[in-house]
Amino acid sequence: MPFDIPSPPAGEPTWPYDLYKLLKDEGVTQFSYVPDAGHKVLINLSLADPDVHSISLTSEEEGVAMAAGAHLGGQKHVLLMQSSGAGNCVNMLSLPRLGKFPFLSILSMRGDFGEGNPWQMPMGKSVQPVLEACDVVCLKVEDPADVIPTVSAGLTMAFQSQESVAVLLGQKLLGAKKFG
Amino acid sequence: MSDFVLDRREAIPRLIENADQYLIVTGLAGTARDIAHLCGAEGANYYTMAGAMGGAVSMGLGLALAQPDKRVLCVTGDGELLMNVGALATVAVMNPANFGIICVDNGHYGETGNQVSHTGHVTDLAVMASGAGIKQVRTVAHEGDIADAAAMVKGGNATFFVHLKVNDGPPAVVKRSLDANYTKTVFRKALLGSA
Repeated sequence: MPFDIPSPPAGEPTWPYDLYKLLKDEGVTQFSYVPDAGHKVLINLSLADPDVHSISLTSEEEGVAMAAGAHLGGQKHVLLMQSSGAGNCVNMLSLPRLGKFPFLSILSMRGDFGEGNPWQMPMGKSVQPVLEACDVVCLKVEDPADVIPTVSAGLTMAFQSQESVAVLLGQKLLGAKKFG
Repeated sequence: MSDFVLDRREAIPRLIENADQYLIVTGLAGTARDIAHLCGAEGANYYTMAGAMGGAVSMGLGLALAQPDKRVLCVTGDGELLMNVGALATVAVMNPANFGIICVDNGHYGETGNQVSHTGHVTDLAVMASGAGIKQVRTVAHEGDIADAAAMVKGGNATFFVHLKVNDGPPAVVKRSLDANYTKTVFRKALLGSA
């Protein structure tokens, strides 16, 4: 029996559920992540879904190398991380860049619009310039209506054009976590 | 240092009989040469790196999950493994029955001037693999240890970790392609029938 994606609870945003459906429909079978509140729905759906691999990582760079291995074996892999994880990936991104391995990551931003934890700000401000310096295409989303079209574009650029792509889910979309 | 006595050029072929039965991902430097020599420079069942240090175990895991009907090996060095040693915990949790790791530990950073590595001082990677939660772990430090570990590699019915301790002598001599895209295409074409 194929896995039925549950309906979002009343009052909750629907885009995370639509996003999971999009990734499944596009053939993603490996979901790796360092847990983050911004990806909670995607992570929980992947854990509940017997048709995919849901992989908890100790460091985000493992997911970059895993994605390349998945491609060697003919599967599609998506790496979910908080923006701070981008800094942990820098050297490993040479693997998809040099080998033209498809690479798609979805990042939930911290240190962005309305951030109240000063410890998140340094990496929050560095994510996009750092990833772009590593030749990663960055697509930022601020509006719920843009999530699906943007990740669709990212899937095409990664798996068809063999680019490294990061979709950045901004804090205007996710909401800033209250701190202190 | 008396445990670092085996010659990698002899021990690795005895540990991995019939290398063509596996899909193999290696780390950089020594293990890349070991496996390119074992499989032949023109072989299409292995992927070697010359950078991206710390990625070999994870790349092997991604491949193993994608190809559950094939046996997948990651062959990597002590320095490469230590750079991302948390990957052992990720492997242990996923626990793919078709995946094994062989760490060729010479106790040195052989590629960069042969500095003594952590394992050459005090660190034991077999204990770290066990601690990560990998159930089948063997240390191979002497001739007498090889047969049992080779049987485990061959049997391959659970995730395993072989800690192969070798001397700091050179790996096999082989010329391999450093073109990461070309070697990817060769590998995928052989495995999947399309690049």
